[in-house]
Amino acid sequence: MTKVGAPEKLIIGTKRLDGRSLEDMRPMETDVGIIKKATGSAIFKFGNTYALAAVYGPKPFHPRFLQDPQKAVLKCRYNMAPFSTGDRIRPGYNRRSTEISKVIRLALDSVVFVEDYPRTGIEIFAEIIQANASTRCAGLNAASLALADAGVPMRELVCSCSVGKVEDTIIMDLDGPEDMFGQVDLAVATIGNQDKFVLVQMDGVVTKDEFMKMIELSKKGCGSVYKKQKEILREKYKTGELNDE
Amino acid sequence: MTNETYIKKLIEDGSRIDKRSFDEFREVTIEKGVIKTAEGSARVKIGNTHVIAGIKMSVGTPFPDTPDEGILIVNTELSPIASPKFETGPPSEDSIEIARVIDRGIRECKAIDLGKMCIVPGEKVWVINVDIHVLDHDGNLIDAGGLAAVAALLDAKIPKYDVETEKVIKDETIGSIPIVDTPIPVTITKIADQLLLDTSVEEEEAMDARITIASTKNGSLCAMQKSGKGYLTTVELEKAVDWSIKKGEELRALLT
Repeated sequence: MTKVGAPEKLIIGTKRLDGRSLEDMRPMETDVGIIKKATGSAIFKFGNTYALAAVYGPKPFHPRFLQDPQKAVLKCRYNMAPFSTGDRIRPGYNRRSTEISKVIRLALDSVVFVEDYPRTGIEIFAEIIQANASTRCAGLNAASLALADAGVPMRELVCSCSVGKVEDTIIMDLDGPEDMFGQVDLAVATIGNQDKFVLVQMDGVVTKDEFMKMIELSKKGCGSVYKKQKEILREKYKTGELNDE
Repeated sequence: MTNETYIKKLIEDGSRIDKRSFDEFREVTIEKGVIKTAEGSARVKIGNTHVIAGIKMSVGTPFPDTPDEGILIVNTELSPIASPKFETGPPSEDSIEIARVIDRGIRECKAIDLGKMCIVPGEKVWVINVDIHVLDHDGNLIDAGGLAAVAALLDAKIPKYDVETEKVIKDETIGSIPIVDTPIPVTITKIADQLLLDTSVEEEEAMDARITIASTKNGSLCAMQKSGKGYLTTVELEKAVDWSIKKGEELRALLT
């Protein structure tokens, strides 16, 4: 039951089709403050996966009956541009994007000081402009940077990456073909580089041992993302000495 | 003291509102073949939680990337009959999440041999619609729905299809759906830094985080979904995996 168009092999020796070794991430690119009208915004790329995020707020939240008198309400929308994949995606909400919007919102809810802004709403938009797997991770990384860029008080950044199993081998940061023709896709996000998982989504069959290995590998990946996120924020907001290293 | 703080206080003291231990389910009952109009069906009750899954089958066009495989569609209906929290209207975020997590469990371990659900390659395949209807919501809907979905699939009979006249002959059946695995989702909920199984609605309102893990009959994991605002540590994830495999096995035994 192989899928149509599957390459013969995804891993040759210890190299993957795009030349990476098993535990390499694709090059990450970041930027913040790129959408002028937004309170905060950011770009996050994993190779050819390109996510853009914007934050509007905290601002008065409507409809009123959904306001929370104790805290800010996060609203999140993950969306893929119609031209971001091989086949065009029909614009608008679908079941997949609804689910991903929910898990991104929950992941961010754990780090934002929502209690500082009662009765308000914070709108978070993550747009996937170009997709080559791990889009929810890129979207979440961009959203986390956009919140920081907006000056929303946060306990930490949220860092996300994917790990997977392809040809019975555990690998870091799946690209398109590895996601499509591989065995397992696991998307995780952590609070900073701590052992605190706020996103865990997995498809595919693994043993417990394999899963625990994947979790360990994902911590490394999230650590690299964290470093990258801090770099760009430092570059944009140079405020002298940083005391965390 | 609010309900939520009371529940957390109890859990900190090592107990639960209905005196169950942390890894104990409420009574689970499975009843197959409860709906005459469906090709397969099952009723699952976990305590006061009550769901019915029904299988309806039709003939459709295969997806271009899998021209010789049948199609599985899982849907969850959170009917307003089941809870004051459910509203009419388009499917809510929660109902979509429940359906997709259950779907992933069944799809990823290839529980159904979809290759055998092809009628004319590239043209006609069976479409298996699994509709999970929640009738009474007292928590743990993914586990109840997932169990009901698998039980209903096991119960289902494929109707006869006449290729010449392109008609489904509902009165005649040609056998069961080829089920090769029985993935069981088990949800582990974290409240007050403790992990619990089979939470009630009140407990779910007090939750920090939860994770649903579906496991296969040989004890592998095939789908996972963390939800809730809180976090889980590696140690908690490992414990959740152990519990899901153990409980999955117990629940699977109830299917036969």
